[in-house]
Amino acid sequence: MTTTVPIVRQRGWARTFIRNPAGVFGLVTTVALVSCALLSIVWTPYDPVHTDVLSKWHPPSSAHLLGTDNIGRDIFSVLLAGSRVTLQVAVGSALVAAVVGVVFAALGSLTARWFREIIAVLIDILIAFPTLLIAMMLASALGGSIMVVIVAVGISFGVNVGRVSRPEIRRVSRSEFVTAGIAAGLGPVRNLTRHTLPNVAPVFIVQLSWCMAVAVLAETGLSYLGYGAPVSTPSWGRVLAELQSYIGIHPLSVVWPGLAITITVLGFNLLGDGLRDATDPRLGRPEVITA
Amino acid sequence: MTLRARDLTVNIGGRTVVDAVSFDVADGDRLGIIGESGSGKSMTALAMLGLLPDGATATGSIRLDDREILGLPDRELARLRGSRIGMVFQEPRTSLNPIRTIGRQIMEPVRIHQRLGRAECRSRALELAKLVALNDPETLLSRYPHQLSGGQRQRVGIAIALAAEPQLLIADEPTTALDVTIQAEILELFDRLVDALGTSLIFITHDLAVLQSIVARALVLERGQVAESGSVEDLLRAPASPIARRIVDAARATSWQKPEAP
Repeated sequence: MTTTVPIVRQRGWARTFIRNPAGVFGLVTTVALVSCALLSIVWTPYDPVHTDVLSKWHPPSSAHLLGTDNIGRDIFSVLLAGSRVTLQVAVGSALVAAVVGVVFAALGSLTARWFREIIAVLIDILIAFPTLLIAMMLASALGGSIMVVIVAVGISFGVNVGRVSRPEIRRVSRSEFVTAGIAAGLGPVRNLTRHTLPNVAPVFIVQLSWCMAVAVLAETGLSYLGYGAPVSTPSWGRVLAELQSYIGIHPLSVVWPGLAITITVLGFNLLGDGLRDATDPRLGRPEVITA
Repeated sequence: MTLRARDLTVNIGGRTVVDAVSFDVADGDRLGIIGESGSGKSMTALAMLGLLPDGATATGSIRLDDREILGLPDRELARLRGSRIGMVFQEPRTSLNPIRTIGRQIMEPVRIHQRLGRAECRSRALELAKLVALNDPETLLSRYPHQLSGGQRQRVGIAIALAAEPQLLIADEPTTALDVTIQAEILELFDRLVDALGTSLIFITHDLAVLQSIVARALVLERGQVAESGSVEDLLRAPASPIARRIVDAARATSWQKPEAP
């Protein structure tokens, strides 16, 4: 039996994504961040931790693209190396948050009623713990590190993801097409992976991209307070924290890490929105003619 | 295939919604179940597939070819669902997954129950789409539910229910959500398919006209109990129970009367 090729089909999600300027901006900044992080492993213009008091506060020049800071480090090199920390924190937190979120959401929506209620209370209790408190507890036990930031942001955001997507999973798992799936002979696992989770995915995508953005900001704050990356590790948050006391004298030096953080955070958010819009067929991807 | 329900009773939170209902469906047989909303029609259908909502319990007996299927563990039931008993739902707008293509959804029961390869599944899906008389089936298979009309969606629902070649089809008010003109087409499709495939049919409806056009034998349910059962012809001509009389009278009152010539 021969099957003919469809003539009219909905435009693919990748093509739809490419036509959304905001999403493309998010993709470009994210790719740029990854490239910077990879590049910094093999090359930075100067040693990012090398201090040289004689060459402090150089303005931007061909030698020092973004100038030097209060102890003579090349700011461009520091930012390049710091992108590694940013990327690790963003991706790591999102992964932890995804696992924590899916587990909480699934346990809180698909189990027996008494268990669901326990999970709901547990989520409410955990939400009351600020990220900072979790980070402080972890840091006091393990010492300040990137891992502390990842776990603290991952857990606290994961609980949030769980809280937001729990009713969503519950709603979808009770919808008629899930019942229809069971009536067609689908087992619980297939039903979850084919019907329930894909319909909740847009919520997860947006939440997790937001988590990546929040993680970048949290790294800034936690490093500032000394719970984040150790002093020897260059990070955007640390640079910003160190330079902000000179904002009155050398304002430009603070602009660079600030700009890097802002663009990255914005990029993650737009990437998430763009992906959601492009992958949901209900949002009306236009139809195209293919031969 | 024979299905034999005896004293089927469904309780939800202390309330009896189906009360000692018994019926038989033989090979190639058609049975109608009619009643007002809340009479226990849908619960009877759901009980047969073990799809009752949380907190509902079913007692009594449902035998499929001398095998008790009431109270079977979920794993065992999953093997029956779709492959022995197929189900068509009332609302085709919500019974299809909005983010999967029609083709994938029709292929699903084939994949699960018949373990065919990808290409075979696809050609089977195409076959099924043609069987339920979908226009332009090749294109439709790559579409999403929101791009289809209500009637097309219900045809897809029927294709899914028949995909794994069940011997019994349960249709729970499959035409209620459709326009009257589309209703007639879907009923005609049921009639044709059930005959051609030799499938048994349990057809649930609240509409006497629909019932009359598709089955010859029916149960009348009221508050979970069988008020009357027998041929539809008898039911129409001489309804014995008060509820049957009410349903027949209501149908007469609302049906269009040809004006007398002056």
